Amino acid sequence: MVADSTTALGQRLRKAERRGHFWAYVLIAPLFLFVALSFIVPLGTVLLNSVYDPIISDNLAHTVRALDAWNGPRDQVPPEPVFAALAQDLKVAVQEQKAGSIANRLNIEESGLRTIFMRAARRVAAQEEGPWTPFFEAADPAWVQPLIWGNIRNLAAPTHSLFFLSALDSRRLADDSVAPQPEDQRIHITIYLRTLGVALTVTLACLALGFPLAYLLAHLRDKTANLLLILVLLPFWTSLLVRTTAWMVVLQKEGVINSLLQALGLIAEPLPLVFNRFGVVTAMTHILLPFMILPMYSVMRQIPASYVRAARSLGASPSTTFLRVYLPQCVPGIGAGALLVFILALGYYITPALLGGSTDQMISYFVADNMGRSLNWGLASALAAILLAAVLVLYAIYDRIAGPGNLKLG
Amino acid sequence: MFNKIHLSALTVVGAAVIAILPATGAAQQALTIASWGGAYATSQIEAYHKPFEAKTGTKITSVDWGGTLGEISAQVKSGNVKWDVVDLEAAEALKGCEEGLLEKIDPAKLPAGADGTPAAKDFIPGMILPCAIGVIVYSNVVAYDKAKYGANGPKTLEDFFNVTKFPGKRGLKKDPSVTLEWALMADGVAVGDVYKVLGTPAGVDRAFKKLDTIKNDVVWWTAGAQPPQLLASGEVVMTHTWHGRVVTANLTEKKDFAIVWDGQVQIPDLYAIIKGTKNSALAQDFIRFASSSQPLADQAKWIPYAPTRKSSLALIPASNPYKVWLPNAGHPGRSMSTNSQFWMESGDDLNKRFAAWLAK
Repeated sequence: MVADSTTALGQRLRKAERRGHFWAYVLIAPLFLFVALSFIVPLGTVLLNSVYDPIISDNLAHTVRALDAWNGPRDQVPPEPVFAALAQDLKVAVQEQKAGSIANRLNIEESGLRTIFMRAARRVAAQEEGPWTPFFEAADPAWVQPLIWGNIRNLAAPTHSLFFLSALDSRRLADDSVAPQPEDQRIHITIYLRTLGVALTVTLACLALGFPLAYLLAHLRDKTANLLLILVLLPFWTSLLVRTTAWMVVLQKEGVINSLLQALGLIAEPLPLVFNRFGVVTAMTHILLPFMILPMYSVMRQIPASYVRAARSLGASPSTTFLRVYLPQCVPGIGAGALLVFILALGYYITPALLGGSTDQMISYFVADNMGRSLNWGLASALAAILLAAVLVLYAIYDRIAGPGNLKLG
Repeated sequence: MFNKIHLSALTVVGAAVIAILPATGAAQQALTIASWGGAYATSQIEAYHKPFEAKTGTKITSVDWGGTLGEISAQVKSGNVKWDVVDLEAAEALKGCEEGLLEKIDPAKLPAGADGTPAAKDFIPGMILPCAIGVIVYSNVVAYDKAKYGANGPKTLEDFFNVTKFPGKRGLKKDPSVTLEWALMADGVAVGDVYKVLGTPAGVDRAFKKLDTIKNDVVWWTAGAQPPQLLASGEVVMTHTWHGRVVTANLTEKKDFAIVWDGQVQIPDLYAIIKGTKNSALAQDFIRFASSSQPLADQAKWIPYAPTRKSSLALIPASNPYKVWLPNAGHPGRSMSTNSQFWMESGDDLNKRFAAWLAK
């Protein structure tokens, strides 16, 4: 009787727990789904796109197989069966409106291949049968040179590292060796360094401006502090684009600052404040400042005032008290704020695009340019993946130096 | 309780589905047309959209886009085509067609001109492409504020590149097209030879070398609304602009901007259909309607862009204040048309080089 009721009770309890678990899962399901759809899937797609590029292997499948079967040295032109296979692939590609994509893909690796490829594509439908080598040679003599074949072989596998090579200013040549990009196309490493430089400058500027403000907020009476906090948060209520454009109005040649300085007679000629690095850093600092202030403020508020008083009463000077007692306790807030600002700054796009000159564009500009204009999504993905890797590495370094406890987001 | 929640969840989902349905246009036929915004989109809405809506009962939604093929490619590749018709430039129209992003348009079905001329002869050359039909021709020109220079403003493309005679910042579109043509023309290349020279590596070097001479004085713009603002705010002393933006600013906002017509580069805008749209037949109808004589002529009531049909030009009355501002209205100086074929073939290479040149 007793045993019976215990089992029944146990069952009821387990049932209740299961129901509890079930509801817990149901409640987090929307969040999980949201994170999966908006974060994991796109990120995975980007990473996949940076290495997976099946245009050639899909559309020139017979050619790729014939090239494999032949497998001759890179400085030689393949024999007739390969040309015949190419003709077969090309006829289908033209019918399916794919020839343009193939030509553009080849051209990304080597300027000029597009024209050579399209010349053959335009003629192939009219030709019934071989020999195909002379047909291609007549379309363009470049077909009997090793260059185009080397590039097709570089792209033959559906996954490759060509986009990453290109993102790091290198390329794989037709003879299978890796070489730096030509001087006039070598830009990405410069841009990465520039991106890091701008992000670092903005972080330091935010720290310099944000620390005193966060200190002030943490040490005021609650009522005044709350009012000031609202002022700090106020910029969040306006869109990024509006704030950026507002800075343009303030900084431009006949804008507020220049007019004021000229009216005061401090300058004769308007200062160049916009369309340069100064404009970008100024606006980004303003936009990102709250992200620095909030974590610092929340950490500073939790530092007991008695520590500082104790240090002073034990004879430490104000500066020693600050440097050795107060500041170390702020580190988690500083670390969190700096990391937040730095990472957000790395991905900035709109602000540099509108307020910067041509030499102030950051890596996201080149990601967008490759996505939109050049239709080179692979390179865009590789550029983004390297940025992501850089952020993760920096985070790991920070974690190693500051320790996992020294990060407090609020 | 379980069932109750299930039911209410179903109700919510059901309501959402019902709310979305009319937007996808199950009952009423609908088209979404992507264009460039501003005064240009207004002219299209007035001259093409409204009459077509009245005639066919179609509901047309007008959206703005950035003009890069990536936006179309994303829709086609994901199988989620949101726009039916796009307004784009010829190089993109050719490339998009080759990449399989746009649908073929049958030129034989284009209506004859108002004067009876068959479409193939009525359209000016280069306006009927495999996947796109030209609707307007606009011009890329240099503009400046008359308040600044009075009668002593720049008169030629050479003046635009002369930073000693005309010191100050100048605006240029952040795009190799037009910029490179201008660099060569200002460097003494004859209009007829521009693309021949630009087709050689030495010619490209020459263009970039010329651009080097003004690189530190350039403010690069990306959106068509920017140049009039840059001029108005005094940020630049002169700027590359689409001529319609300046003319409308003068006529509607009482600005006093002057146009340097010398070196004008004319570029057509075309209508194309995105591959995979469910409204393909309707989109074809729309393009045939919009590119017929009367709507093309009507468009010039709202913006000084030239119609692509000869028969439409005759339909624009002399009383139209924009008529004297059409690109071909007998302006002084050199004039050329963009070579879309050249830009389709070399665009990627030149863009790569241009991006690298800019970044240094």
